[in-house]
Amino acid sequence: MILSTAEWAVIALSLRVSLVAVLVTLPIAYALAWLIARRRFPGGMLLDAAIHLPLVLPPVVTGWLLLIVLGRNGPVGAWLEAAFGITLVFNWLGAAIAAAVMALPLMVRAMRLSIEAVDRRLVGAARTLGASPFRAFLTITLPLSLPGIAAGAMLGFARSLGEFGATITFAANIEGQTRTLPLAIYSGLQVPGNEDAVARLAVISIILSLGALMVSEWLVRRSQGSRAHVL
Amino acid sequence: MSFDVDIELTLGERRIACAFASGAKLTALVGPSGAGKTSVLNAISGLLKPSSGRIAVAGNFLFDSSTHCDIAPEKRRAGYVFQDARLFPHLRVEGNLAYGEKLAAPAERWITRSNVTGLLQIEDLLGRWPATLSGGETRRVAIARALLSAPRFLLLDEPLASLDPDRAEALASLIERIRDTLDIPILLVSHSADEVDRLAGEVVKLDAPDTDTPQVSSSTGRRDL
Repeated sequence: MILSTAEWAVIALSLRVSLVAVLVTLPIAYALAWLIARRRFPGGMLLDAAIHLPLVLPPVVTGWLLLIVLGRNGPVGAWLEAAFGITLVFNWLGAAIAAAVMALPLMVRAMRLSIEAVDRRLVGAARTLGASPFRAFLTITLPLSLPGIAAGAMLGFARSLGEFGATITFAANIEGQTRTLPLAIYSGLQVPGNEDAVARLAVISIILSLGALMVSEWLVRRSQGSRAHVL
Repeated sequence: MSFDVDIELTLGERRIACAFASGAKLTALVGPSGAGKTSVLNAISGLLKPSSGRIAVAGNFLFDSSTHCDIAPEKRRAGYVFQDARLFPHLRVEGNLAYGEKLAAPAERWITRSNVTGLLQIEDLLGRWPATLSGGETRRVAIARALLSAPRFLLLDEPLASLDPDRAEALASLIERIRDTLDIPILLVSHSADEVDRLAGEVVKLDAPDTDTPQVSSSTGRRDL
């Protein structure tokens, strides 16, 4: 399968957007997952619901909300432009933010399950052996929830790679900036006689997404037994 | 006083009151299943916060609700041998032993690694994963891990259960030796009357809760050491 330079550029942009989205979201998602799994605090249910919002909202609505807040005229967006000259709209960073927001709930869910699966009595044992709460977290909870982190990262990556609605609404469809794989496929379909290019990009999408899902399944099964599942 | 405990615990719907003061080097805590013996050990180790009362071990206050004193578990330095061992599954036996050992100040250690592994006969297990150990092996590793953390007092929850007679005997004599040669108060939870008779200087009986008087009776010393 021979790809054109433009198609390689689309793949490279998609990978960059997805990787940045996942890497930036990873620590935030883990912190949120830990909070929800281990702490009871006022507003906890509200936080849980807010994190899951992108999972249940139409992606276009999520994109529109991002546009309201982070767009050029939005409160945060206007400040970013005035203070740092950063415009997220029409920019690959905007695509990464849209992907990150859409990936967050999936990542939090996977990590939360694995944190909940860590026996709290082990943390108690570590405390009696002289470990501070932070040390017990670093030496017990974190390593034992590693499979969930890996699974969450992979799921978030696959989700970011497939992000369409929020990205096109918030970051728009600019070639070389925000035209990731799904957007390129959509754009290709608008031009008659472009079926081959569309098919090539679709096959690439399938390979990348399936690969990410299989890697995360493998990681979870390897550490939690053959009956464990990611989804 | 080795142990001076007067606490009230709330576990969901249940309330457990427990009061005893023991000057013996080894105190046994006995009582029917569900009386809350393990909960008392948890409270002394700092893993469970009493709703009120006070806990002092060897003259040091660990908890006192009247002065809002509540020492963190890692600062209490309890050598707690849990009934369910609680070995860390992601660390080999060696890693489990090292966990508390490296957190203890060298000056406070009173037993060496080779001493412990020899006494408990676990030299051959050091490279194994906890999941591959038998019940008795798991228990011996858990005891070794607690001893190596340089504890100031020991909380032993059924330490001899599920050990074969030879190993139980070896461990009982180790406990005797710690009791007789070291200034380390020991609180032992046990179901075995023989074990209690042999080891304990004082016996505290914890009654089943939900009776009219959920108060604990502290029996008189059987054999003060």
